Amino acid sequence: MSGVSSSWSVTEPSKLSKWLAATLVLAYTLITLLPLLWIISTGFKSGPDSISYPPKVVFEPSLEGYVNLFTTRTRLGAEAFAALPPPETWYDRIVRQSGMVIAGPSRFGERFLNSVIIGFGSTALSIFLGTLAAYGFSRFKVPLKDDLLFFILSTRMMPPIAVAIPIYLMYRQLGLSDTHLGMILLYTAVNISLAVWLLKGFIDEIPREYEEAALIDGYTRFQAFRKVVLPQAATGIASTAIFCLIFAWNEYAFAVLLTSGKAQTAPPFIPTIIGVGGQDWPAVAAGATIFLLPVMIFTILLRKHLLRGITFGAVRK
Amino acid sequence: MTPTPLDRLARATPPSMARRVRGLSDRTIAWLFVAPTIALLLAINIFPLIWTVRLSFTNFAANKPNAEVKWVGLRNYERILTDDGIWATMQTTAHFLFWTLFFQVLIGFTLAWLINRKFKGNDLLTTLIVLPMMLSPAVVGNFWTFLYQPQIGLVNYMVELLTGTPASSFSMLGPGGLAPWSIVIVDTWMWTPFVMLICLAGLRSIPDYIYEAAEIDRASKWRQFWTITIPMVLPFLMLAVLFRGIENFKMFDMVTLLTGGGPGNETLLTSIDLKREAFEKWRTGYSSAYAIILFVTVFGLASIYVKALNKVKER
Repeated sequence: MSGVSSSWSVTEPSKLSKWLAATLVLAYTLITLLPLLWIISTGFKSGPDSISYPPKVVFEPSLEGYVNLFTTRTRLGAEAFAALPPPETWYDRIVRQSGMVIAGPSRFGERFLNSVIIGFGSTALSIFLGTLAAYGFSRFKVPLKDDLLFFILSTRMMPPIAVAIPIYLMYRQLGLSDTHLGMILLYTAVNISLAVWLLKGFIDEIPREYEEAALIDGYTRFQAFRKVVLPQAATGIASTAIFCLIFAWNEYAFAVLLTSGKAQTAPPFIPTIIGVGGQDWPAVAAGATIFLLPVMIFTILLRKHLLRGITFGAVRK
Repeated sequence: MTPTPLDRLARATPPSMARRVRGLSDRTIAWLFVAPTIALLLAINIFPLIWTVRLSFTNFAANKPNAEVKWVGLRNYERILTDDGIWATMQTTAHFLFWTLFFQVLIGFTLAWLINRKFKGNDLLTTLIVLPMMLSPAVVGNFWTFLYQPQIGLVNYMVELLTGTPASSFSMLGPGGLAPWSIVIVDTWMWTPFVMLICLAGLRSIPDYIYEAAEIDRASKWRQFWTITIPMVLPFLMLAVLFRGIENFKMFDMVTLLTGGGPGNETLLTSIDLKREAFEKWRTGYSSAYAIILFVTVFGLASIYVKALNKVKER
């Protein structure tokens, strides 16, 4: 732009209005982050501190919540408790303070691992199938292309419970209920519409000339796809993958209806963490923190492509 | 260009076979690329959908797989459409949809408009503001029940601090009529950033010269806002409403963990009601019909809305 207009422009907001806007947006940011900060801080509170009134902002940090998240504990009689040898580890010591002993590991580790396996498995499959289909739709004349693309999108309009009824029956007959494979296939089927739409947008932006040059040089279609298109689409593929991963990571409805033990992911598990007299809030908060932090980090990494991802590629910046 | 191993291999293979590999018509390649996706969707989306339609004409119950299945024709549909309880859940859903969209559009647009003043640090704040919408609705919804705890919750405390209403005098999720608003608050907290991001893209797409021209014509800021800003952002805003509308019509996870439909049936959204019918009362045939009715409703409303959206875009 010209140097003259940058010194003063009718469209440049005044200093005062900038200050006012900044203050209001900052205030909103602080309010909206409060619940998240509360989750993180509750994870480091002791049981009584977490439910004290008025709510405690300053408290003595404790790892009780994290220890409770990963263990199951039992209460011993006074005599048996007194007869125990002194605690060996720091987590033993924390549990002893509340008059209990560790009975074994909890199921959180397993559930978290299930989330990782199903999340990454379905993401890999969605990206593999989605990239192929997106390339096909982007570069070739596919009969009924627009109808197929719309059909792929419309699968997202189904309420999850409506899909879950027949899937439940189908999986029961095929032996896929409560298995990793069943959940990976299901999440792939849900994610594929996002993957195809986003990746088609990214591949559309790669000039065809590159591939044509490669074809003239004697590459086959597959070689051109692998060696020319894929490297060019790498950023798009990576950000699509993160969106698929976040969906599978966060999904609750199918997980709670179709899995019970073996293949259950963390979201249906975390709300069931209970202690004495209701939910063990520090442990729930600790689990939530461990579960939510990766997504927060990914969101920050993804900020440039966020808009595109959440609108199926309909809005591009 | 140096020959790759594949090139060498191609040269070594007999010409007829090389032609066969290379000579796959574009049409065949296109189908090879697209078919696996279509096959997966047919298996896990379309086939189940057809099965649901079939079940919806029967009295099948999934917990009694050996019982005799009878065709009941349209009776399931008839019972659903004349059931007062279901109309009540539809109203609850409509209330939830209307108010979440209202607040999200209002706050989301205002935020976008403020952020568009391009003050220092607006990128950082935008990134922080969007965090809630990317998180697991189930995990976050569950934690909000802690913030909403009667007597000791952070929300009750804040209300006491700001308005003087005693924290023990009301319960956000219990009886007293606040629960339908409590779920609106959490949904608004979570999804306002979504509307904000899309509005921001809309605001940034308006070229400066339009405002400059308006300024030369001595149009007031107020007039510029209503005749330039709003009409130019409207297609974006409508898109945001479409996405949020579809998602909230399907709303299940967050509200299930916040209220589970209660107290009483005060927050019983259609998806939660459907889950009860299908997976607690095991009326599979009946709930299949229910599911089809919901799907047709979303699909129909969305199609009408998209037509309106395209008209606005053309203008």
